[in-house]
Amino acid sequence: MCSVSRTTASGDKREGDIKDPEHPYSLEELKVITEDAVEVDDKRNYVRVTFTPTVEHCSMATVIGLCLRVKLMRSLPSRFKVDIKVAPGTHATEDAVNKQLNDKERVAAALENPNLVDMVDECLTPSYE
Amino acid sequence: MPLLEEEALKLSEVQRLEGHTDRVWGLAWNPATGADGVPAILASCSGDKTVRIWQQRSPSSISFDCKAVLEDRHDRTVRSCAWSPSGKQLATASFDATTAIWEENGSDFECVSTLEGHENEVKSVSWNASGSLLATCSRDKCVWIWEVLPGNEFDCVSVLTGHTQDVKMVQWHPTVDVLFSCSYDNTIKVWAEDGDSDDWRCVQTLSESNSGHTSTVWALSFNVTGDNMVTCSDDLTIKVWGVDIIRLQSGDINASWCHLCTMSGYHDRTIFSVHWSREGIIATGAADDAIRLFGESEDHSADGPSYKLLLKKEKAHAMDINSVQWSPTGNMLLASASDDGTIKIWKLESMQ
Repeated sequence: MCSVSRTTASGDKREGDIKDPEHPYSLEELKVITEDAVEVDDKRNYVRVTFTPTVEHCSMATVIGLCLRVKLMRSLPSRFKVDIKVAPGTHATEDAVNKQLNDKERVAAALENPNLVDMVDECLTPSYE
Repeated sequence: MPLLEEEALKLSEVQRLEGHTDRVWGLAWNPATGADGVPAILASCSGDKTVRIWQQRSPSSISFDCKAVLEDRHDRTVRSCAWSPSGKQLATASFDATTAIWEENGSDFECVSTLEGHENEVKSVSWNASGSLLATCSRDKCVWIWEVLPGNEFDCVSVLTGHTQDVKMVQWHPTVDVLFSCSYDNTIKVWAEDGDSDDWRCVQTLSESNSGHTSTVWALSFNVTGDNMVTCSDDLTIKVWGVDIIRLQSGDINASWCHLCTMSGYHDRTIFSVHWSREGIIATGAADDAIRLFGESEDHSADGPSYKLLLKKEKAHAMDINSVQWSPTGNMLLASASDDGTIKIWKLESMQ
């Protein structure tokens, strides 16, 4: 269970363990997600993550966003509200991707799809160098 | 219970119903219960793939016990449930792409029919006022209308296309056989049977250009007379719409709905549910864990009604609220369902 003061630092550290579905590197190594792109308001129970896909037409943007959401869901206390967005101007269908990633019902249905869950779990499995 | 302009209200928690092992998505009060000595019955459906039936301990107590768990039928989330107007059947809509029809058999509920056809997750199910028709909607962008036949036969009479995205909810009008749907495509569509061709078609679309919502519309609800409808959205507003009810009831399928009022600035996260009580109070359930109640304000211009916030119950639940439903029997009970896996029963009273 994470404490207040460590949320930002450890939040970032945990995101560093997410593998990009298409590359053998982590999202942090690819600079898809950086520490300053994670905004935490502990008093108001709010976390906003902004991520930057490696290419503008990245077809895996929704999968990456889903991985981020699952990682946070598994790591943060349930009182936190999480918003995940693509960094403005970095994706061709930014609004469409953001809408899907923040539709709780769509996320819930996606996570009942075993193939998608396997892909997410694969991305979230820590790799030990 | 007439509510005065200056009256202070409170929403008191009566009971917390636990049992589901995942988020609770939907609720439905059995319309044939809760009055005349019949204990009230409430159905709830969940991400745990089950439906629970809760019954009031006795007509004079406000305590509910879990009477039955409907399981082993759906193999994914059960998203929505709805009782037939007679209260004899319960329809349950699931992410497994089916809709199940249940009937009470002794002390148990059995699944008497399964409606298949949608290509993917079914999001909502609704019975018309007479119980002769059923409607379902899905992420497949379609709305299906089913005819209820004897012997638990359900025949699909129409597959309605038109929405360009996931359809979140369907709801029949309370007095006429006109169907409403709302969607991820930000619109609300009105569907009616064309007298000439006996074909169901979309007779109106309420979109951004007619003062409609600018993001996903999650739910809609009618007032008791059916001349007004309230909708709620991811755009953080609720909107009230009106129709010429005389025209609508006379069978004019072109009687159109127009925007009356938008309540903005009251919600700061997605509003998942809205329900209009028989006494005229609008309840909302939102992603900020709060329940809000709105009532008509006396302070309106000649342009039409205006509404004011009567009460905000913060931290009504520990997580997002997915559904709020007023009990149909005028006892001022409100049920709420949440991501926290619980259902709460509330009583609305004046502070005196």
